[in-house]
Amino acid sequence: MQVPAAFQYERATSVEQAIELLTRYGPEARVVAGGHSLLPMMKLRLAQPEALIDINGLGELALIRVDGHELAIGAMVRHADLLASAVVGEHFPILRDAERVIADPLVRNRGTVGGSLCQADPSEDLSAAFSALRATLVAQGPGGRRTIGIRDFFLGPYETVLDEAELLVEIRVPIRSHASAYRKVERRVGDWAVVAAGAVLEISDGVVTEAGIGLTAVGARRFVAERAEDFLRGGRPDDEGFAEAGRIASQECRPTADQRGPVDYKRHLAAELTTRALRAAAARAEGQEA
Amino acid sequence: MTTTAEGPPVGFGRMTRKEDARFVRGHGTYVDDVRLPGMLHGAVLRSPLAHARIVSIDTSAAEAHPKVKAVITGETLAGLGLAWMPTISYDTQAVLATDKVRFQGQEVAFVVAEDRYAARDALELIDVEYEPLPPVPDARRALDPDAPVIRDDKEHQSDNHIFDWSAGDKDRTDEVFAGADVVVAQDMLYPRVHPAPLETCGTVADMDAITGKLTVWSTTQAPHAHRTLYAMVAGIPEHKIRIISPDIGGGFGNKVGIYPGYVCAVVGSIVTGKPVKWTEDRSENLMSTSFARDYHMHGEIAATRDGRIRGLRVHVIADHGAFNATAQPTQFPAGFFGVFTGSYDLAAAHCTVTGVYTNKAPGGVAYACSFRVTEAVYLVERMVDVLAAELGLDPAELRMRNLLRPGQFPYQTQTGWEYDSGDYPRALQLAMDIAHYEDLRREQAEKRERGELMGIGVSFFTEAVGAGPRKHMDILGLGMADGAELRVHPTGKAVLRISVQSQGQGHETTFAQIVAEELGIPPEDVEVVHGDTDQTPFGLGTYGSRSTPVSGAAAAMVARKVRERAKIVASAMLEVSPDDLEWEKGRWFVTGDPDQGRTMAEIALAAHSTLELPEGVEGHLDASCVYNPPNLTFPFGAYICVTDVDADTGQVKVRRFIAVDDCGNRINPTIVEGQVHGGLADGVGMALMQVIAFDEDGNCLGGSFMDYLLPTSMECPSWELGETVTPSPHHPIGAKGVGESATVGSPPAVVNAVVDALKPLGVRHVDMPLTPAAVWRAAQGRPLRTDLAIT
Amino acid sequence: MRITVTVNGEQYTRDVEPRLLLVHFLRDELGLTGTHWGCDTSNCGVCAVWLDGTPVKSCTVLAAMADGHEVRTVEGLAQGAELDPVQQGFVACHGLQCGFCTPGMMMTARWLLDRNADPSEEDIRKAISGQVCRCTGYENIVRAIRWAAEHGGGARTADAGTEPAPGREEVRA
Repeated sequence: MQVPAAFQYERATSVEQAIELLTRYGPEARVVAGGHSLLPMMKLRLAQPEALIDINGLGELALIRVDGHELAIGAMVRHADLLASAVVGEHFPILRDAERVIADPLVRNRGTVGGSLCQADPSEDLSAAFSALRATLVAQGPGGRRTIGIRDFFLGPYETVLDEAELLVEIRVPIRSHASAYRKVERRVGDWAVVAAGAVLEISDGVVTEAGIGLTAVGARRFVAERAEDFLRGGRPDDEGFAEAGRIASQECRPTADQRGPVDYKRHLAAELTTRALRAAAARAEGQEA
Repeated sequence: MTTTAEGPPVGFGRMTRKEDARFVRGHGTYVDDVRLPGMLHGAVLRSPLAHARIVSIDTSAAEAHPKVKAVITGETLAGLGLAWMPTISYDTQAVLATDKVRFQGQEVAFVVAEDRYAARDALELIDVEYEPLPPVPDARRALDPDAPVIRDDKEHQSDNHIFDWSAGDKDRTDEVFAGADVVVAQDMLYPRVHPAPLETCGTVADMDAITGKLTVWSTTQAPHAHRTLYAMVAGIPEHKIRIISPDIGGGFGNKVGIYPGYVCAVVGSIVTGKPVKWTEDRSENLMSTSFARDYHMHGEIAATRDGRIRGLRVHVIADHGAFNATAQPTQFPAGFFGVFTGSYDLAAAHCTVTGVYTNKAPGGVAYACSFRVTEAVYLVERMVDVLAAELGLDPAELRMRNLLRPGQFPYQTQTGWEYDSGDYPRALQLAMDIAHYEDLRREQAEKRERGELMGIGVSFFTEAVGAGPRKHMDILGLGMADGAELRVHPTGKAVLRISVQSQGQGHETTFAQIVAEELGIPPEDVEVVHGDTDQTPFGLGTYGSRSTPVSGAAAAMVARKVRERAKIVASAMLEVSPDDLEWEKGRWFVTGDPDQGRTMAEIALAAHSTLELPEGVEGHLDASCVYNPPNLTFPFGAYICVTDVDADTGQVKVRRFIAVDDCGNRINPTIVEGQVHGGLADGVGMALMQVIAFDEDGNCLGGSFMDYLLPTSMECPSWELGETVTPSPHHPIGAKGVGESATVGSPPAVVNAVVDALKPLGVRHVDMPLTPAAVWRAAQGRPLRTDLAIT
Repeated sequence: MRITVTVNGEQYTRDVEPRLLLVHFLRDELGLTGTHWGCDTSNCGVCAVWLDGTPVKSCTVLAAMADGHEVRTVEGLAQGAELDPVQQGFVACHGLQCGFCTPGMMMTARWLLDRNADPSEEDIRKAISGQVCRCTGYENIVRAIRWAAEHGGGARTADAGTEPAPGREEVRA
């Protein structure tokens, strides 16, 4: 069996101490939460951190809270808890849709929301879903806390704006009157997305007042389709518009070929799934389950 | 828990498995569970390149690791004459590479260390300098005049050609084709797949320096064959080798061959004087051990305009990887591909198969394929559907018109096989009845009106299992007959020793039931010993669905021998002539006086007692036998698959799967059904997702379960089974094998269903695996090549 | 480093390397070989055990992460000599062949039934969708879990994992 190379192990007992440890160990340290992205990479020896800072003990990061007009999701919330959360299901069906198709039940029992975002894997579903929702991330470092708009969070594949000694502590999403959905094509249940798309629509008097479109696994800049969002804003929430938004989204992403599919197929799926997600969101806005 | 509500059967019938008591408690013993005092751990360094010359190997840093006990390279092995080993196809294979590496993942060095983590660490300390060579990952280019020669180690090898093989009558076939109303051709690929048992391959080798005895716990489906091969390869006297194949976490053909890691562990134990454990990781398993299929096939089918199939013509390029290590009987380099005429009455058939080397892992026959029957059935069943589309006939109807009739058995095929028994139309009709075939076609027509894609796929297969008659079938000269030994203790309890080994098939139960059926004692009273060469008679092992056809027959025959011995003893007990005795299950009694009789238990005790036995009778009841099958058995079945296809995403949903199997008499129907269930899931997996593809540099693109996808509970429908029973006329208990039937029969049903769904889009064929991308591209008229990297 | 893990109700203290995987801790350190491993990449699920009452893939958890926590394995499924209904169901329904995936499947099944005493076929298929079986085609595993549900297997109080893991509760502020 593949096994990781040796490392120092530290168990953080508080956020502050985790940051202290990160500061002390420097760039060769990695935070480990659920470990379901990091440990396989370490087993393959693609990652060989000198130290792991285990934040599984930080119960204060494992809460889902309604805080004023925002939903606050702790970075250590497990996928299974996000999926099971009634408040998430009620206000953010896009997250519930996404969580249903992230890996499998056992991985969801262990993997965390914060870990998924910090991994910045181009195929990670939550990055697109939270980007569609325009979530705000709360990071804590030696100098205290700062907030980062999720669309400013990702620098590229496996790269975020977090500093070495900074820890993602919370994800905040505004609770607004919007409808949302997430649609994914996978080769098999539990596989990473071939392509997936998330859609968020705010509709007022038959007009789209705000739109969010997240794209997974197609090389979309910051996981979103901004031109498609621009197109939708101010338009009518109808099938024709959704199809055009899908077409625009498919043009502004940059998929690459791999064993999940060739470029033309992925581009086609980007359009198809964007359209489907938008339709599903609009149906939900009408009170229909989709 | 070994009884059903009605009590366990005394013989054939449904009963729960004897082996389950340990498995559900987590008390199975698999190879990696074996721990010996002082045991060391091995790890294999593998080539990152598909084709390269080895310039140098520096092991000094690894040797300096405080926990490392030995580092073995090809050079070390060459000194022992073990750098190369024979394959079971009369080729040679590098144990550890000395000159070149010929596929990505090939074994280059072996580290022995105090624990598995340290062994892994040390691999990183070995420095190998490679000089890259151009690779040959594409079988269709392997014979190009400018293709680099992979096997330059072999004298007289100036290209990548391995063999040409043919079957059938070429001239007659050409004649039939020339005179046919309709001829249709189709290229198709049965892509490279891997059996991927959940337990990877591994071994614990323990060479006792004092006694000279080598004990090897190994993931092997053929412990006796392994013992003989170790003796031949390593020169260790065969009586000093003991192979133990404990509980095995699935085999499916992956655990038939001997892998370099096994040999390295043995050498490691010899070198260090300590037991050495080596267990593959998943990537090693997928990248280096026996793959399956990789048949590039061109098929042609000839028929009359009214749908009588006349002939089949096939050419195959068979990719055997870098070393020809396929496991099949010697005279059959393309396995049993010769049964490609399938289940139909043809006027003529001919095929040619060309085997080639590529820079890919060696192997070729593995994965529940019955020695290439899988490829043969896929070919013919796709061709029949292609023909049906051409003629505008319903594929079930076309099959029904051409299936062999019951009166034609035993049936001599155009390629020289004698099918033993069958009632094919009955099986197909039953499958259609279970499926409500006409209703499905109606539903499909309605959906097509609405633009929805629904497909109904039919396949009919004839399997060829139970290798085999030793006159025709051997592996490295070892005839494929199996021994069995049966002891009956004084109290009437029995111990059966068999040569075949279970990887989950439930031999401890099934074989006890065979003895129970023959002797009339409860299966609980029969202990089955297997998987240990010191304790069991010689035989060739479990693969090719041969356990029941060969060893099952041996078990029945040895029990009958015991029964005959019991008759003599009973006659002495009852003071009558043996000729005056009759058998009823469990007891000999006097003809005409049924009250005068003796049970097996009574007879067993008497056989061990002071009872005076007739002249020439030795006492006890124990017996042994060797069963040499007169022919293969030919199970068959009819499968129907129903799929829904999303044209806009290419996603396929297998909605229903109906499987009617006829494997002759069923010893334990529950176990038979379980075998079928597993094979159906395999078929769905191969048809929809499983493939080991390679990029142009020869990098393996299916080296982990993230990339090599196996079906989950969500892709599998609830299987709908049916059965017919046509006993084998030549098998002692009328049974046929069933282990691979569903793996053979199901892939064409799934593919036929998907192609049927795509018919309105003008699609006639799609190569497996039918991933969403492959289906969508086929629907666009631009099919993907699935064995190479998608670009 | 020194860790103490409660496994099947018993405390074990061992000195281990931080990188030791939980599956190896159970198998190699404690000799509990009922838990298997099969894939390295947390895809196959044969290594499933309970960590604080929740099934996880133990090939992707460090033993160090289990320090001070509770683990339950297949060896802790039976109540003494009495098999858990899930174990009985797997035997009764031929829910296993080679037995390699079986311990992990049963641990997930037990967890499912603790939360849903009467799961549908779909519920069962979803629950085990992260665990591969190569032998049964899943059919008899589904039946085995249904059998357990119908034979007193539902909602049995577990003897391990009573401690809620972080994040189990939802707090509304």
